[in-house]
Amino acid sequence: MLPFLAEAATAVASSTTSTPVHSIPLQWFLIVSVALFAVGSAGVLARRNALTVLMSVEIMLNAVNLAFLAFAREWGNMHGHVVTFFVIAVAAAEAAIGLALVLGIFRHKKSINLDEMNALKN
Amino acid sequence: MGFEQIIFWLLAVGTIATSALVVLPPGGRNPLYGALLLIVSFFFISGLYVLLFAHTMAILQILVYAGAIMVLFTFVIMLLNLSKKELGDETKTLAKGLGIVAVVALGTKLVVMLQGQTLNLQAKPLPEGFGGVDAIADLLFHNYLVPFELTGLLLLVAVIGAIVLAKRTL
Repeated sequence: MLPFLAEAATAVASSTTSTPVHSIPLQWFLIVSVALFAVGSAGVLARRNALTVLMSVEIMLNAVNLAFLAFAREWGNMHGHVVTFFVIAVAAAEAAIGLALVLGIFRHKKSINLDEMNALKN
Repeated sequence: MGFEQIIFWLLAVGTIATSALVVLPPGGRNPLYGALLLIVSFFFISGLYVLLFAHTMAILQILVYAGAIMVLFTFVIMLLNLSKKELGDETKTLAKGLGIVAVVALGTKLVVMLQGQTLNLQAKPLPEGFGGVDAIADLLFHNYLVPFELTGLLLLVAVIGAIVLAKRTL
């Protein structure tokens, strides 16, 4: 038998039974990420207070960041970190604009209840 | 269970518990409690980032999220100083209840699915300097230069927009 074939066969055998590279598996981080995303979207759906809804959006963005970083570690590839960086920058812009809108609406309507913001409805 | 795994579960439970309290009554009733709990949650998440070898992102998470964004939230909440009436009643509609049930069911389903499965991705060993400032800066200023500059433009637009929206008269 050709020697390089035997080498390849042992390499394949060792790769399937090798010990994991990281002590914390990828799934655990994904589970936390999914749970955080569910909490955030439940908050967006359930709460009628504009400030709490904005904070729930931040929770959802964080859940996505966690998933990006978990996959970045899994592939040994830094591009996920750059995406996380951009998400943080966009979250900062979103918070600034969102809070300015909340301030403006509160000045106008004396309330930040989302159910009362229906001026464009029908 | 190894030391790292114990730390992971402490951080994970802390993150989810504090985030849930932002949405559930203590935070949902009073936004100020929500904002403070969210800051605690961001610290827990940055601990998770450290476990993922994303040291720079962990620091940025604390600096930008806990330091800048949440301070802005706290400022606005204290500036508005809302009463119970101004916060508005939490209405309970059928659509809202169904939405929450759907979200919780989807979350549980995904968690169960991920638990039962071994994702056979064959993790690669991390390169030298993974997660450090050098590696991120290298990517940002070579591969992602245009998006990076556009982010700066986005922040400028956001600042101008916020001033225009929040000022009574320009």
